[in-house]
Amino acid sequence: MLNKYPLWKNLLILLVAVLGFVYSIPNLYEDDEAILLTNESFELTESDVNIATTALEAAQVNFFGMQLNDGNMIVRMETVDDQLRAKTALEEAFTSDYIVALNLAPTTPGWMQSIGAKKMARGLDLQGGVHFLMEVDMDAAIERRMQDNLSAVRSILREERIRSRAQIADNNRLEVAFNSSEDRSRARSEFIDNFPEMQFQNREVGESFVLDMILTPDTLLQIQRDTLQANRTTLMNRVDELGVAEPTVQQQGADRIVVELPGVQDPAQAIRILQRIATLQFHLTAQPGAPRSSYETYEYVTPEGTQIVDVSNDVILQGDRISNAVSGIDEYSQPQVSITLDAQGGNQINRVTRDNVGWFMDILLIETKSRTSLVLDENGEEVEETEFYEEKRLISHAQIQTALGRQFRITGLTPREANDTALLIRAGSLSAPMTIVEQSVIGPSLGAENLQAGFTAVQVAAALVVLFMLFYYRVFGLAANAALILNILLIFTVMSAINATLTLPGIVGIVLTVGMAVDANVLIFTRIREELANGVSPQRAIDEGYNNAFSTILDANVTTFLVALVLFTIGTGPVRGFSVTLMIGIVTSMFTAIVGTRALVNLIYGGKKVRTLSIGNYASAATTADAS
Amino acid sequence: MILAREIDFMGKRKIAGTISALLVVVSIISLAVNSLNFGLDFTSGTSVRLNFSESVVIQDVNDILTANGYQNAVIVQFGTDRDIRVLLPVDEGIEEADQAQQALAVGETIAALMRQNTSSEVLLIGSDFVSAKVGDELAEQGGLGMLVALGIIMVYIALRFQFKFSVGAVVALAHDLIITLGIFSFFQLEFNLNTLAAMLAIIGYSLNDTIVVADRIRENFRRMRKGTPEEMVNVSLNQTLGRTLITSFTTLLVLVSILLIGGDATQGFAIALIIGVIIGTYSSIYIASVVILMMNVTREDLIIPVKEGAELDDIP
Repeated sequence: MLNKYPLWKNLLILLVAVLGFVYSIPNLYEDDEAILLTNESFELTESDVNIATTALEAAQVNFFGMQLNDGNMIVRMETVDDQLRAKTALEEAFTSDYIVALNLAPTTPGWMQSIGAKKMARGLDLQGGVHFLMEVDMDAAIERRMQDNLSAVRSILREERIRSRAQIADNNRLEVAFNSSEDRSRARSEFIDNFPEMQFQNREVGESFVLDMILTPDTLLQIQRDTLQANRTTLMNRVDELGVAEPTVQQQGADRIVVELPGVQDPAQAIRILQRIATLQFHLTAQPGAPRSSYETYEYVTPEGTQIVDVSNDVILQGDRISNAVSGIDEYSQPQVSITLDAQGGNQINRVTRDNVGWFMDILLIETKSRTSLVLDENGEEVEETEFYEEKRLISHAQIQTALGRQFRITGLTPREANDTALLIRAGSLSAPMTIVEQSVIGPSLGAENLQAGFTAVQVAAALVVLFMLFYYRVFGLAANAALILNILLIFTVMSAINATLTLPGIVGIVLTVGMAVDANVLIFTRIREELANGVSPQRAIDEGYNNAFSTILDANVTTFLVALVLFTIGTGPVRGFSVTLMIGIVTSMFTAIVGTRALVNLIYGGKKVRTLSIGNYASAATTADAS
Repeated sequence: MILAREIDFMGKRKIAGTISALLVVVSIISLAVNSLNFGLDFTSGTSVRLNFSESVVIQDVNDILTANGYQNAVIVQFGTDRDIRVLLPVDEGIEEADQAQQALAVGETIAALMRQNTSSEVLLIGSDFVSAKVGDELAEQGGLGMLVALGIIMVYIALRFQFKFSVGAVVALAHDLIITLGIFSFFQLEFNLNTLAAMLAIIGYSLNDTIVVADRIRENFRRMRKGTPEEMVNVSLNQTLGRTLITSFTTLLVLVSILLIGGDATQGFAIALIIGVIIGTYSSIYIASVVILMMNVTREDLIIPVKEGAELDDIP
């Protein structure tokens, strides 16, 4: 029987429709303005809730829905104004290890959230905020490594008493000139053990015997990767302090990092915080009986308990001497942190530690943080004031086992401590300078306008197309319209599922899909009309129409898809968003336009005796009868 | 028998060809002479968006800026007559590391200048900064992307249809792109990343059209026994005319909504696509088919069976 879908097919389509509906509905639920309160080290409790309540009430902020959630606290407000005042009030009420972040709390019903139905993330161009593209100076990172290697080469040559001249030739090549081939061979065998990351090549230039030492491509890649990773970690930590909800810190390409901060009002402050330096300092623990003015007392917090440590004021090593810090396992399968210093750092640490074996070395992390408070200005008005202060933290207190050199390790830690310490050390020392190469500031009003405009455009476009289809293709047009609506819902569903971010070009992509999705249906219906005009029976006409049009639709859509794929590959940011929605739209539109409408048409006309189809005026369509 | 209401497209092809050739030549000249009005994404620099509480005259803004040392500013109105964008080139004198911060500062400074020198309340609603490096890259990537896209498409069509068709398709696409770019150059409309995306979308869209027509031409060549290639192409075009017009119409409906409602950000995009759709429709009817004809497509070329199009041929 023509034009009847088996029951399972119809049920499947119905299921898809329902899913599409359920998973895109959350986008209609407006989020609440909220504050997210968290603590770096522990979970929040009832007492924190009480402090917060008191502070907010004192500041006369209207709030609701305060609740503890996974150790964090969320409190909601009606307006953005309340939200900002709440932030200031809470920042004053809590100590600096609490983080107060602006947030948007979802209002979708619990049952929806439990099945994973959620709102789509919105791009900056729709909610306002700041976008930075930061480029890491890889050359500087590599140069630093080369400098280190050069110093090491020179010391080894001095120790072995080999006369030579060493210099950095290209950005990844060291050139060492010897007087004789024997000297060169001796040096080479020394170097091979010490520099596993380099390749060696002999060369003769005039009377000199030259040894080229080149960083292997693998090492170059490794340096790039590590540098980018270290910088990214640093950025992430600093972004945390800005108290931004849902920030993005992502790698882009080999040497760039994208930072997006939605809702940030003050981009200048953001830049200041992102680009400031956090430093590390190495100290010795103060000797017992040392004068009070020569040391400072710190708390060293470990899971076993808190220790009070007196740290001598002398700095034995600055953090910028650290080239790497990695957590790992030692030969007893215990956690450890391996620290690599540059050549100069190695010398310094060696000098200090060889006189202090058995004593303790401390590592301090010094961070510049910011604090905003409400103060009264000269007119007696409340104004926000940001102040910067330094915070010092003791992150490692370890016994010196032997005289240390360029590479040493810290043991006696739990796995988690080892990880955290390595991370902190890496984060504290920016591996390479970063430059901002691209930046966008989108004011909140612009963001809201864009969002409004985008949604209106979708609605108007859909309405126009729906009216037209109805008018031109009658009942079949109705089927096409149903498919169109389902198409839009499915696009939203898929985007939510893959956690895509909705941007303005993305919305444009959706609108374009609306215009092009009807194309498939136009092809099918035109074909059906032709068949009818040729005298074919209605049921056969439907069948023929769908079958014949399919390959054309496939070809046309595949090529557009290919183009969208090219756009996706070469594009970044907004262009990408557009190509993603276009690609998703093509796939879903093929499904809804072909399978979806067919199901409806089958339900309406399938298996019944019909004489005419309500598909608009087909007798007057221009046709040709085949000459044979 | 051919029914009366048939439009003799191919008969008019000489005229159409001439018009097309003319448009293409004018476009190329305009591009060579005027070049494109490249937006921030390609030129790099800073863009500052300001909103005034009263309507503002561009010349006045220009005067204020020039008087205060910003000689190279370009001022563009967008949206209403109270919104403007000030475009400043990259300041070579500043270290690369400080350029971004400088861009922010500039925005504030200009806003302050406007407040001082006009009676309006002035709001800084957005700013963008693109460094020279990124600007160059985007231009390179864009051009490359276009070429890659064209290449892939040529291969795909050659596989699905036949080499002669793919030549026709690519010529039609090149025609569309050149004329659209020409129009942008002639009217000095801003060409930025969004516009580039639109160009690539035009490729996809125009291709859609061309394939539908090519598909019908192929089907008719196989099916129809009598008739010159010219007649068969004519028939195909007439058969697909309805569909081509409707799809173009619905897409245009949609694009016009974007143009009117979308606001400044999507304007360039919408305009580019509208131009592209109109020209693309025209090129699918005339350019692609004419090229196919010119390459002397015969029935034999299309006999190679492709899975779904294969129909049981005449019984000998």
